[in-house]
Amino acid sequence: MTQITFTINKEKKTVEAPPMKRLLDVLREDLHLTGAKEGCGEGECGSCSVLLNGELVNSCLIPALQAEGATITTIEGIAPLAAPDQKLHPIQQCFLEKGGAQCGICTPGMILATHHLLEKYPQPTLLQIQEGLAGNLCRCTGYTRIFEAVQSAASQSNP
Amino acid sequence: MPDPTQPASLSTVGTSPIRKEGTAKVLGQARYVDDLHLPGMWFGATVRSTIARGRITSIQFDPAIPWHEFTIVTAADIPGENTIVHLTKDHLCLASEFVNHPNEPILLLAHPDRALLPAAVAAVTITYEELPGVFTIEESEAPDAPTIWEPAAADHHHATAKNTFKTYLMESGAAADLDHIFATADHIIEGEYHTGAQEQLYIENNGVIAECVTFDGIVKSVTVRGAMQCPYYLVHALELVFNLPEEKCRVIQTETGGAFGGKEDFPSVIGSHAALLAMKSGHPVKICYDRAEDMASTTKRHPSRSRHRTAVSKEGKILGGEIEFALDGGAYVTLTPVVLSRGTIHAAGPYHWPALRIRAKAMATNLPPHGAFRGFGAPQSIFATERHMDKIAKVVGLSPEELRRRNLLALGGRTATGQVITDTVDMQHLLTRALAESNYHAKRAEFARTNPTSAIKRGIGFATFFHGAGFTGSGERRLNSLVKIELTPEGRPQILVASTEFGQGTNTILCQVAAETLHLPYEDILIAQPDTARVPNSGPTVASRTAMIVGKLVETAAQKLCVILTNSDGLPPSYSPADFRTAALAYLAQHGTLVVEARYQSPGDIFWDDENYRGEAYPAYAWAVYVAEVAVDTTTYSATCTDFYALQEVGKVLHPVLAKGQIEGGVAQGIGYALYEKCVWQKGHMANNQMTNYIMPTSADLPPIHVAFEEIPSIHGPFGAKGIGELPMDGPAPAILNAIEEATGIAFTEIPLLPEDIFERMTRTPDAGTEDLNPTIDRDTRVEPEVVTS
Ligand code: FES
Ligand code: FES
Repeated sequence: MTQITFTINKEKKTVEAPPMKRLLDVLREDLHLTGAKEGCGEGECGSCSVLLNGELVNSCLIPALQAEGATITTIEGIAPLAAPDQKLHPIQQCFLEKGGAQCGICTPGMILATHHLLEKYPQPTLLQIQEGLAGNLCRCTGYTRIFEAVQSAASQSNP
Repeated sequence: MPDPTQPASLSTVGTSPIRKEGTAKVLGQARYVDDLHLPGMWFGATVRSTIARGRITSIQFDPAIPWHEFTIVTAADIPGENTIVHLTKDHLCLASEFVNHPNEPILLLAHPDRALLPAAVAAVTITYEELPGVFTIEESEAPDAPTIWEPAAADHHHATAKNTFKTYLMESGAAADLDHIFATADHIIEGEYHTGAQEQLYIENNGVIAECVTFDGIVKSVTVRGAMQCPYYLVHALELVFNLPEEKCRVIQTETGGAFGGKEDFPSVIGSHAALLAMKSGHPVKICYDRAEDMASTTKRHPSRSRHRTAVSKEGKILGGEIEFALDGGAYVTLTPVVLSRGTIHAAGPYHWPALRIRAKAMATNLPPHGAFRGFGAPQSIFATERHMDKIAKVVGLSPEELRRRNLLALGGRTATGQVITDTVDMQHLLTRALAESNYHAKRAEFARTNPTSAIKRGIGFATFFHGAGFTGSGERRLNSLVKIELTPEGRPQILVASTEFGQGTNTILCQVAAETLHLPYEDILIAQPDTARVPNSGPTVASRTAMIVGKLVETAAQKLCVILTNSDGLPPSYSPADFRTAALAYLAQHGTLVVEARYQSPGDIFWDDENYRGEAYPAYAWAVYVAEVAVDTTTYSATCTDFYALQEVGKVLHPVLAKGQIEGGVAQGIGYALYEKCVWQKGHMANNQMTNYIMPTSADLPPIHVAFEEIPSIHGPFGAKGIGELPMDGPAPAILNAIEEATGIAFTEIPLLPEDIFERMTRTPDAGTEDLNPTIDRDTRVEPEVVTS
């Protein structure tokens, strides 16, 4: 067991965990943040995506130790990034309106991936969206509604 | 009653309101089964067979593991019958003497610490006396094949030969004259087509949590919650495993992260397992498979083989046909006969057959049982038929378009089961529109011009097809579905159905139907989470039946609710939402509760003969033309779908955004089926049971998918809606392979079609043979006169 301290969704937290415990399990089991999902456990599906120091990572591949001192944002902390006390981030609103979430299991990861993409490319081309989200698998939508949600979010943040 | 003269400002059908559970999903607050924790909960795991077929000779437990900390369940612990009931009882809950496929469950383990389970599973050693297995349709039907099942092994009537789960013989038109028709036809065109297994690959694996109440060692009740499509299927499975009455088996669906058929029959297995562990351990027990276990152990789409033999006139009129359709069922019957049935009926396609004989059979193999997957047999048989139509066109010397135009069904025509087409759909028009909007003709001409000098060969192809909505034949009558609507204490209507939401939009469209019927805003309608202690059996959430069948029942129940409130003098003839609430609260104050129900009644125009497979196979069909454009790189041998156009007539579209999402998602799965998704089998074991080596399309792999609807309201569904969910799975694979033939001149007949397959065919030496069009031409015989539909 090791003590690991990090900032998660703007709050400082310390957990006791085996150093090699997956960050995904620390989030879900120790912090009860179940928005990150396990789809494959091997870095293929992106449903466990979180932002670690601003980078999009698959939390199923990150040992807890690596989160020491890090700043982490999960789906639970995304809405306040746009404005404090905001219930829905504009990206979340666009996913709702455009039908970007069907079964919803990939949605937390998709929304974080979208956030990351729009930080990098505020006005992404379709190709940039397709490539930016290629690490996040969705079996329901065929991605088209998701692309529309991303484009709509991009146009809203930069009118 | 709602005043039809009122402005339609409240109208919600045909608009796209936010999906009911959408906000929780985008916030990451939706709770899927693995997000739930019950007090005192333990975790379960499964010890599975490592061989495909054999007799269990010993089970050893490694003494290094503290087994006293674990609960261990074997078949001997089952209080009721050792069976997972679907259509028959051949499927064991836990194997005890024999195993019939790799990864068959034998023992169950539970422990409070999830992390200790994998090592414990690995510490159980099972030895076998191995028996030879069969792994393909061909091996199973071989005269000298080992016998997995005798015909009498289960109560599947019509099965006459060993290793055969089910057979159908469907004859229509002048089938008795087929010998003569073939003897005198201008052309006889034969073809054989194969489709592979396909993994549903929902992103949430199968998972459940079970609780069990025992008294004096006797099980009193069980409760299972988890990811599933059909709560009442699991109720019926638990009744037998625990020998309990229905009301003591409670099943609750949790938010479900994709299903596509993969959570139709399988939850009966994992749900029974978790409940047995809960019984023996005295704790709630959660079993959530990891990806590797889910892929290796749960159901897939049935592999298929279709053989077509078609008699055609020199004008390109189909005169008669024989189709042999075979499915690989895996080791147990599960839902295979029903999958076979849908595949058989859809094999005829939307064409007029003056004479047709279809022989269908499902063979047993030593693979894990194959099960439901979106389309349910139809994508397999439609793939073959639509490839074959292009082959017929080539032999006859017509374009694929013209060949279809000469044979498409039309209003008043009869399907292969003798059903008269009463939908006013016009397939000729759909074809014209689809080819125009996809720019088919111009592209076809352009590719013919540019391909000879390009290393990238491009092609465009299409498929024309229909898909029946609802259970086949008398299925809906037998389901006898029931829907209720109650008033909440706040006076809001709440829909009570066992129909589940797993992404398709069940919650949303059923609320839209109720809102429209009651003339209330969509936001005022609630829908309860399916919990069999509370909701009636509205039937399984499968077969594209929810919008049409359950939706119609919701409409009927809502009308009854309205009548009751009107007759109680509370509701004025023309009312506002506030009036409704007032009337509802007044009724509740006086009577305490208000629950209305609607039960399925077979429409008068539906007749079905189960013995001879004749009659109205489905209340309604969705009709479609899908056009695919491909690029085949002759240096890398990879084929890519570069553009996709999907036109369909699905009746009234209740929610355009959800409907488009259904089509796009289905097309993406269909593209995967055609070009990416291959199950690699090694002696019945799926060798590539990981997302790293079973490849589904990513956002970078898919073409633009253009979706268009024609809406001709159907009398069978609410506000004219028909079924939509399965349809988009049927068309992509044949459209893509038809396009690849246009691009390369090579007639591929098997999916999935991977670069190695294309490499193999393109580099094959000429004397190894090219495709034989195999026409038998007898030009001296008289041409059959144009046959008018009778
Ligand atoms: S669970 Fe982490 S990438 Fe799939
Ligand atoms: S919405 Fe179901 S996997 Fe993406």
